[in-house]
Amino acid sequence: MSETQVFGMPKVWKSEVHTHYCPGCTHGIAHRLVCEAIEELGIQNRTMALAPVGCAVFMHQYLDIDMMEAAHGRAPATATGMKTVRADKIVFTYQGDGDLASIGMGEIVHAMNRSLPLTVIFINNAIYGMTGGQMAPTTLLGQKSTTSPTGRDAKVNGYPIRVSELLATLAGPAYIERVALTSPKYIIKAKQAILKAFKNQVENKGVSFVECLSTCPTNWGKRPVDACKWLEETMMPYYPLGVLKDFE
Amino acid sequence: MARALMKGTEAIAEAAIQAGCKYFFGYPITPQNEIPEYMSAHLPKAGGTYVQGESEVASINMVMGGASTGYRVMTTSSSPGISLMSEGISYIAMAELPCVIVNISRGGPGLGNILPAQGDYRQATRGGGHGDYHVFVLAPGNLQEAVDFTQDAFDISQKYRMPVMILADGFMGQMMEAVDIKPRKTEDPKSNADWALGWFDERGGKRAVIYSMLMNPDELEAHNTKMQKKYELISSNETRYEHFMVDDAELIVTSYGTTSRVCRSAVSNLRDKGLKVGMVRPLTLWPFPNTAYSDLPKSVKGILSVEMSAGAQMVDDVRLATLCDLPIDTTGRWGGHSPTVRQVEEKCEELLKKAINK
Repeated sequence: MSETQVFGMPKVWKSEVHTHYCPGCTHGIAHRLVCEAIEELGIQNRTMALAPVGCAVFMHQYLDIDMMEAAHGRAPATATGMKTVRADKIVFTYQGDGDLASIGMGEIVHAMNRSLPLTVIFINNAIYGMTGGQMAPTTLLGQKSTTSPTGRDAKVNGYPIRVSELLATLAGPAYIERVALTSPKYIIKAKQAILKAFKNQVENKGVSFVECLSTCPTNWGKRPVDACKWLEETMMPYYPLGVLKDFE
Repeated sequence: MARALMKGTEAIAEAAIQAGCKYFFGYPITPQNEIPEYMSAHLPKAGGTYVQGESEVASINMVMGGASTGYRVMTTSSSPGISLMSEGISYIAMAELPCVIVNISRGGPGLGNILPAQGDYRQATRGGGHGDYHVFVLAPGNLQEAVDFTQDAFDISQKYRMPVMILADGFMGQMMEAVDIKPRKTEDPKSNADWALGWFDERGGKRAVIYSMLMNPDELEAHNTKMQKKYELISSNETRYEHFMVDDAELIVTSYGTTSRVCRSAVSNLRDKGLKVGMVRPLTLWPFPNTAYSDLPKSVKGILSVEMSAGAQMVDDVRLATLCDLPIDTTGRWGGHSPTVRQVEEKCEELLKKAINK
């Protein structure tokens, strides 16, 4: 008989903490996958990360690695500063869609184009979470938010931005993939993508970007199960999963 | 290095390299472009890296990232660029990270022009960004001082873990003078392992976290109080100024940077005429050298603040330093003009005449 395996949390996860995330939010899954990747690659002692401004601002309380909070949207620039000085370290940013795709669009485009080896985990839940459900650049047409109460109207608010596709037009990035965090079959693929995005940096292979389609039950006004369903039925057709760029 | 004739911007850049700065992050803006240009040419030879940010906003955040590792990093810009960096400077101050920022200031507000001006005094001495913080501000009056202050700036920023600014107007950046740039002894960045990122193993398997969001008001109040105590310590330890011919002076001219050179000539000329005029020159603009004004001899009947800013800005600090005890007047030029020696002399003569007729 094989030995009994106890399912536990990765060692990179600070065991004594509970997150502040809402029930049904997929930030926890994304955090866990990042922890697993760091642990599997054995890079806990040389990883430096940047928390964004947004729901994940307190991420440094949950992961047992060197961390700093970046200013809103500026994490890719801050990461560039870190990696420039400490090329021997593994540097990643973890950013939401308001942070990365709105106020920080300039910083992410140039960091991806500069192709300094970095890893970017991008959480796309089509809404501003921390500030209470305002419209994001990724909010879908017709989607209601507290600043698009009758639904996003392209004539007024423009169109939802497909960030991965946009960044894939650049020559700089090594790897870009969009994944989802709603069910095991998607989470397994998400894990592989996040692991690859870190492994690329360990092997000095340029900048990698993983967009994670995520749920925000609280601000979507949906129960967690319905939120997963809405993501798969409504978000996925507009934000198709898959590899958008891979230098290999 | 032997004494060499150098341009201000290039002297500042070389001084920084000689003070152990190997990482520069910046964005082009006139009149300071020779600094990033010099850095891009010389840093790779010194084993460092020059990174051109996509904006001043990105550059200051790159500085923050670099500073978080405990290594010596810097950026340089000019007035409109410093405005863009102010958000990042607030974050760096709050996170208590060391870095050096050079402002080769130009005419404003808005785009203004690219000529020398001193209109950034308030921005520099009041922090520039949001929240309760200060930046240590050094104002050189000649290029040897620009060199020495740049090197001091790195040491002070490391000692107190705060952003330090060199505020030098466009003249300082663009003129040439003989300078002697010596290598400065520096601590190994590893000595910052107790707070900096990237020293997980050196700390014995313990991580470092740098954050500025403190939701609990008790924690934020305590952190701010700690920073204020640091500022008080700096005020008592690091304030610098120069007194020039003040001993028996009846009128004090006060100015910093380029205008102090104009004033020095004016004071010397007036002394030749037998007029009792002296000069107080702040070398640190924050902390402001209050004692330089409170310690003036009883003979002083008034002060003239000479500035290249419309309406004058430093004069407010002079009023505070003297507790409004002395009559204070101002003169200057702005918009890219500088006052002439004759203008300062005439203003001094007028004020002395008034004081005698009183």
